[in-house]
Amino acid sequence: YYTTLTSLCDNSTFRWTIKHSFSKKTLAKPGVKNIVLVDGVRTPFLQSGTTYADLMPHDLARAALQGLLNRTGLPKDAVDYIVYGTVIQEVKTSNVAREAALGAGFSDKTPAHTVTMACISSNQAMTTAVGLIAAGQCDAVVAGGVEFMSDVPIRHSRKMRKTMLSLNKAKTLGARLSLLGSIRLAHLSPELPAVAEFSTAETMGHSADRLAAAFGVSRLEQDEFALRSHTLAKKAQDGGMLSDVISFKVPGRDIVSKDNGIRPATMEQLAKLKPAFIKPHGTVTAANSSFLTDGASAVLIMSEEKALAMGYKPKAYLRDFVYVSQDPKDQLLLGPTYATPKVLEKSGLTLNDIDVFEFHEAFAGQIMANLKAMESDWFAQTYMGRKTKVGAPPMEKFNTWGGSLSLGHPFAATGCRLVTTVAHRLQKEGGQYGLVAACAAGGQGHAMVIEAYPQ
Amino acid sequence: MSPMTTGFWVKGHGQRSLSVSSAVLARTHVSYEVKDNVAVVRINDPTSKVNTLSRHMQAEMVEVMNEIWGNAAVKSAVLISRKPGCFIAGADINMIQACKTAEEVTSLSQEGQKIFDQVEKSPIPIVAAINGSCLGGGLEFAIACQYRIATKSKKTILGTPEVMLGLLPGAGGTQRLPKMVGLPAAFDMMLTGKNIRPDKAKKMGLVHQLVDPLGPGLKSPEERTIEYLEEVAVDFAKGLAGRKVTVEKKKGLVQKIQDFVMGLPPVRKQIYKTVHSKVMKQSKGLYPAPLKIIECIQTGIEKGNAAGYLTESQNFGKLAMTSESRALIGLYHGQVTCKKNHFGKPERDVKKLAVLGAGLMGAGIAQVTIDKGVATILKDTTEEGLARGHQQVYKGLNDKTKKKSLTTFERDGIMSLLSGQLDYRDFENADMVIEAVFEDLSIKHKVVKEVEAVIPPHCIFATNTSALPIKDIAAASKRPEKVIGMHYFSPVDKMQLLEIITTNKTSKDTTASAVAVGLKQGKVIIVVGDGPGFYTTRCLAPMLAEAVRALQEGVGPKKLDSLTTGFGFPVGAATLADEVGIDVAAHVAEDLGKAFGTRFGGGNVEVLKMMVQKGFKGRKSGKGCYVYGAKSKEKKVNSGAEDILKSFKLTAPPAVSADEDIQYRLVSRFVNEAVLCLQEGILPDPVQGDIGAVFGLGFPPCLGGPFRFVDSHGADKLVQKMKRFEEAYGNQFTPCQLLLDHAKDSSKRFHK
Repeated sequence: YYTTLTSLCDNSTFRWTIKHSFSKKTLAKPGVKNIVLVDGVRTPFLQSGTTYADLMPHDLARAALQGLLNRTGLPKDAVDYIVYGTVIQEVKTSNVAREAALGAGFSDKTPAHTVTMACISSNQAMTTAVGLIAAGQCDAVVAGGVEFMSDVPIRHSRKMRKTMLSLNKAKTLGARLSLLGSIRLAHLSPELPAVAEFSTAETMGHSADRLAAAFGVSRLEQDEFALRSHTLAKKAQDGGMLSDVISFKVPGRDIVSKDNGIRPATMEQLAKLKPAFIKPHGTVTAANSSFLTDGASAVLIMSEEKALAMGYKPKAYLRDFVYVSQDPKDQLLLGPTYATPKVLEKSGLTLNDIDVFEFHEAFAGQIMANLKAMESDWFAQTYMGRKTKVGAPPMEKFNTWGGSLSLGHPFAATGCRLVTTVAHRLQKEGGQYGLVAACAAGGQGHAMVIEAYPQ
Repeated sequence: MSPMTTGFWVKGHGQRSLSVSSAVLARTHVSYEVKDNVAVVRINDPTSKVNTLSRHMQAEMVEVMNEIWGNAAVKSAVLISRKPGCFIAGADINMIQACKTAEEVTSLSQEGQKIFDQVEKSPIPIVAAINGSCLGGGLEFAIACQYRIATKSKKTILGTPEVMLGLLPGAGGTQRLPKMVGLPAAFDMMLTGKNIRPDKAKKMGLVHQLVDPLGPGLKSPEERTIEYLEEVAVDFAKGLAGRKVTVEKKKGLVQKIQDFVMGLPPVRKQIYKTVHSKVMKQSKGLYPAPLKIIECIQTGIEKGNAAGYLTESQNFGKLAMTSESRALIGLYHGQVTCKKNHFGKPERDVKKLAVLGAGLMGAGIAQVTIDKGVATILKDTTEEGLARGHQQVYKGLNDKTKKKSLTTFERDGIMSLLSGQLDYRDFENADMVIEAVFEDLSIKHKVVKEVEAVIPPHCIFATNTSALPIKDIAAASKRPEKVIGMHYFSPVDKMQLLEIITTNKTSKDTTASAVAVGLKQGKVIIVVGDGPGFYTTRCLAPMLAEAVRALQEGVGPKKLDSLTTGFGFPVGAATLADEVGIDVAAHVAEDLGKAFGTRFGGGNVEVLKMMVQKGFKGRKSGKGCYVYGAKSKEKKVNSGAEDILKSFKLTAPPAVSADEDIQYRLVSRFVNEAVLCLQEGILPDPVQGDIGAVFGLGFPPCLGGPFRFVDSHGADKLVQKMKRFEEAYGNQFTPCQLLLDHAKDSSKRFHK
């Protein structure tokens, strides 16, 4: 039955009749190419320092790309272009897109570039792909993202680096010795990469704690939301909903096929934790924050014609998207609040039209603050130049398969997970529109409207 | 010394005075509510922008505290201000000024001591929740509480600035602070009066916890930050009451060693001695307050609390009656007046400013302008000049990042407002042009014409000249109503004064706009009439002429410096000449000499000219009266300059050449010229005269300015001295009519 329906659906005439059975209009615009998500996969998201610990970032990215090839049966030379996101760059593979693609067996004739935009890096990779297709330059683009927190570049101090660079140039033994002699103990202390804003020097957790306080989000509310995320993720995992996860045989280790950060605890256990950033009176703890994660994701994006011509049954249309940015100090994590009304307006939709919401959960406090901001007319008027609030998404439609707090948050891989999850949830739950929204370091944000592909 | 940092505040008008009994029914300044066994006491003076410890505030506070102490359900308390940006800015300055005798002030101090003593011995813990200025009496209140939490807001500052008004912390501050932060830190705070930022306060042990200021939420950031501070403070108050939070923090090894060392009487004795001699060296014994502060601290530590508190209150009373304190308080009032725009709101805001000339002054003006968010063009004629000016601005801002008052990102953002250029591009969008080119009338005329060809009609042309009359510069202008003088002082980013000069053609709106720009740049402003040297340069010139005469008479530069600093000038006369620039001094002396004749004589201008010829242009050229080496701390007298002085040697008349005579020769010429400026209408009032002299020229702050000096010294005594000098030297010492009027009638005073 299923195959029959699929083959029937490939008939475009029938597709249109099906589409009309939706209660709402399609967002297709005349003269604008329909761009579709064919499929999306991801490696299991693991807490950093666990099974992936000995890999390199391009290994993880390669696993996601190979998984996508396997899942879609895509001929390797059918891909016009690859765009991949990453945040903390491994210096040896600064264009990680290319290194991963070569190893994954893509044609060496397929160009690849790497993008970076903090936690919305793979969103940027996907919208770059959308742009390439919309502009008529490509028909099939692979987008994705990877983050590998088990190993990050730790540098020598600036003074030490300067000495070492001068050493290369020193010609005589005497010159070298005198340079070596100039090294002081303090020069040996390394520079660690911080999850801190360069412009403000504030760590993201600290900013999240202040944001929660600004919106009056209590510790209890945050712990409750974190628990919800873990509970829903566990349910989704047990119920087999997380079908975007591929199995990955880690060299020298076992086969990994499940996310390992999902830990539904009790409220009492959560309440015991001490604040992690603002001490001793803060509210953001390790348990109500997303944890450091290793993982990679990949999606196949095509023009609708090309997908159909190749015999694919797309999962969803990728429709309007926006990027926003605001003050990186006090509004660092409010991206969803700013991006949501903007993208809805662009699409001519209201919040009520959306059936599925997938928001990136950086911190429980950040999500709660965004929900409160979206519910506030005062905030909309005072800070967003809007007449009224956009409204907060209803919780029964919101991140119902877990989120970054529980599934994990490999910075540059999360965007693809959100979009693929929206497509899968629309298929399972039968809705028409989904909304993805995320915040990112630098005070930036993103949102995208996704429309279900007629079944 | 900004209004926020004096530790005192002048209350606004219209305060109702309520009797204590009626205040029970209608408390206006202090309110409280009990939340979960925590009494939250909120202070808010409805009659003023800031909270002060006025009599009224104190009375309500005592009532509220007694109610709280009498309520068995209350287990702890939080003290918080409802005003954004101000906890308690200090005691009410008028309350102290209204006292006629030292005894009255002493009893005021004792009342304060008594209240804070009760707070200190409170049966329930009290948490001071501090957001904004916590100064003087406000800090004394906070440190009497059991626990302190402060926000990390930029507005949060803690300090004991009483010394800047010639007073001391008179409500227990001299007794509690040393115990809290240690002897060295307490001396530093009370003797310098400096502001302490929250991070430093935490490190010093002045506050226990810090709270981050919040950004936008469901309420304004200011409002929500105060609410959040209260929530955190209430939690700590509960913790203290339930003994889950302890006040004492564990002492580190360094602290233990320091405590041990400070416990040794000979060590403490040495500290008192060192601090005393340091104060004497810096203040020349002209300021009584620092010495009294040392005495209070020493008494408290060596002889116990009772003796310490008594000394504190008595010394406070004595200090309040000193002329030095009155002078400093007068300056404070004057400064507040000179930080207001008395010419109304200008028709247009200056959104783009252009500065001509990227020299020391031009670059300085550009720096203080972009620093306040105004886009600025810095134009020079050569690339080298421009690069030097640009670097000066960058360095000025970068030094702030080193002191952490600015982040590197803020620095970069500010720098992006500066546009360095060699042409007149974009001048068509300028709202104001300030020229700081070479002091030569023909060059200034050329610049006026060039600029007026490119600027829009509404644009104001301001000239930063130190002596050329504005009307002479305006003569080349097609629209003299838009021409005004803006005389900045070097270094522009450090010197607070701006002297604005209007001609009889300058429009009121032009003046209002120039004042608005100056206020934005953070300046203290005096507005004076046009004339050679305006006000400030005109007062300085005769004093420098006298200084040159003294040098010619054989008083060495070092002796001259020590005589002037001994009188209270922060910089000695010879050093000042080097700082101003010998070439500038020569230029001014010659110009003003031509304008005012022999009255501006004294020293021979040729001395200065000869020095310039030999390249002794002052600090900037490495040689002036002194030699400025790269490293040596000890300034050496320039023997070349000495040779020149010898060749112009004059014989000192013994009758007027004693040390004190030399001091009064210098000062009386300054003061007489200032009074003459008032008499001639160059100066609108004595207040601006005092502010201009102190903030622009370094007239001794302890004397309060030339006019207050005449009042306190006595015009008759000054005239007597001048008559004696007049006999020896002639008309340079002829007292002006206004000064003679004051000498004749002792009831005439410049200040009430």
